[in-house]
Amino acid sequence: MPDTQAPAPRTTPLAAVHKDLGAAMTGFAGWLMPLRYGSETAEHNAVRNAAGLFDLSHMGELMVAGDGAGAALDYALLTEASAIKPGRARYTMICAPDGGVIDDLIVYRLTESQYLVVANAANAAVVAAELTDRVSGRGATMTDLTDDYALIAIQGPRSAAILAGLTSADLDDVRYYASYPATVAGATALLARTGYTGEDGFEIFVGPADAVRIWQALTEAGQADGLVAAGLAARDSLRLEAGMPLYGNELGRDMTPFDAGLGRVVKLDKPGDFVGRAALAARAQSAPSRELVGLAGRTRRVPRHGYAVLWDGEPCGTVTSGAPSPTLGKPIAMAYMAPAAAAAARSASAGGGGERLAVDVRGRAEPADLVPLPFYKRPARD
Amino acid sequence: MSVPEELYYTAEHEWVAISDAVARVGITDYAQRALGDVVYVTPPAQGTRVTAGDPCGEVESTKSVSDIYCPADGEVIEVNPEIDEDPGLVNSDPYGAGWLFKIKLDSGDQVPPGLLSAAEYTALTAEEQ
Repeated sequence: MPDTQAPAPRTTPLAAVHKDLGAAMTGFAGWLMPLRYGSETAEHNAVRNAAGLFDLSHMGELMVAGDGAGAALDYALLTEASAIKPGRARYTMICAPDGGVIDDLIVYRLTESQYLVVANAANAAVVAAELTDRVSGRGATMTDLTDDYALIAIQGPRSAAILAGLTSADLDDVRYYASYPATVAGATALLARTGYTGEDGFEIFVGPADAVRIWQALTEAGQADGLVAAGLAARDSLRLEAGMPLYGNELGRDMTPFDAGLGRVVKLDKPGDFVGRAALAARAQSAPSRELVGLAGRTRRVPRHGYAVLWDGEPCGTVTSGAPSPTLGKPIAMAYMAPAAAAAARSASAGGGGERLAVDVRGRAEPADLVPLPFYKRPARD
Repeated sequence: MSVPEELYYTAEHEWVAISDAVARVGITDYAQRALGDVVYVTPPAQGTRVTAGDPCGEVESTKSVSDIYCPADGEVIEVNPEIDEDPGLVNSDPYGAGWLFKIKLDSGDQVPPGLLSAAEYTALTAEEQ
């Protein structure tokens, strides 16, 4: 019998820290990651009210560099990478020639000729291979630096206050979606004011040898403010409240950005060809076959991935992600719905409801309301 | 990991306290830790007949839903009135205030067949980890 065991999951530089904290660990995209340290609801609430500390070292870090890097990424990705100012970042996607989404990404332009592309752990290998292929012969090289980076995120309204004392950077100079080389706890780091929670926060790219020291320094500095370690469970409920898509749920290889309601990331007006242009240009002309909507449950049973959305008892869509919302105090879900049903449900919900919209939760129709995305927006900063 | 000596257990991680031909049922500390924060419990309805080994309700946590398996034959005579409003009791006090329902046992005063002792349940969970 051939040995069909999967390779052992990879561990991050913070593995011993998670063990000491008593984290419940889970396999995720080939990595052993902390799912939760105690109560994921408490971790979620801490991020909304104070701050949470996340190990995101499983993400892929792909460096595209060279005189032609900007132009090469203009071709490889949906965004006009060459138009990103050095020190700024953009959310974008990499698509196949048929317009299908291979991954969603953040691109950080570090300098004139260096771009750091951060990919989802599950897709990092595929994105690395595609980028290598697409930048070839265009005056740029792709180097997979995933093993050379640990990634720690601090997210929540107290993030800047906690980080300020540990970093050489003046955080007022680091705007949202900007990156800034600095030191953190004395170690060389790249600070990025990006995140996946809907709160203010920083993603800190550091060398693996510095990860533990930086984690401990932040933990100590954040104690008085209520900083807690937060795992992947909280990360998922936070991004859902913030209306952010998750590749594998809202995004996949079998859909274009238009199908996900994210046509805004397709820069059809940028000069030059890019992978997927023809297919996406055609797709942009046709009416969407479905719409991504937000649902808020009226009962406490949670709509989950794959459950049918019902309008007048008839299936008209499918839930892509669902979870209890600690902030809203009710279950929330994102779902794809047929546009006609979505429009009808939208006016019904705006008019006070009725019971026509529901989700089939394991055999029982649970009434829901169609609500605008995002479910949660952080209060404006002064 | 708490496994009270005086209780009986099932392989599906329910505990059973038996007294005066009535079984009080809940889920174990092992189960509540694995589930994470419990957000909703659907216990079997009062008055229903239940059969050992059959799914008879659900415990829903933030990330998953698990069936509750009935540990013994009988009739559900009471459901924990606190559990609908405060499902977190399952996490905070799984053997006490987090109890789920009571069965009037067909087996009367006899311990129903197929239940595990604390030692047997401990051994089972050690294997699963």
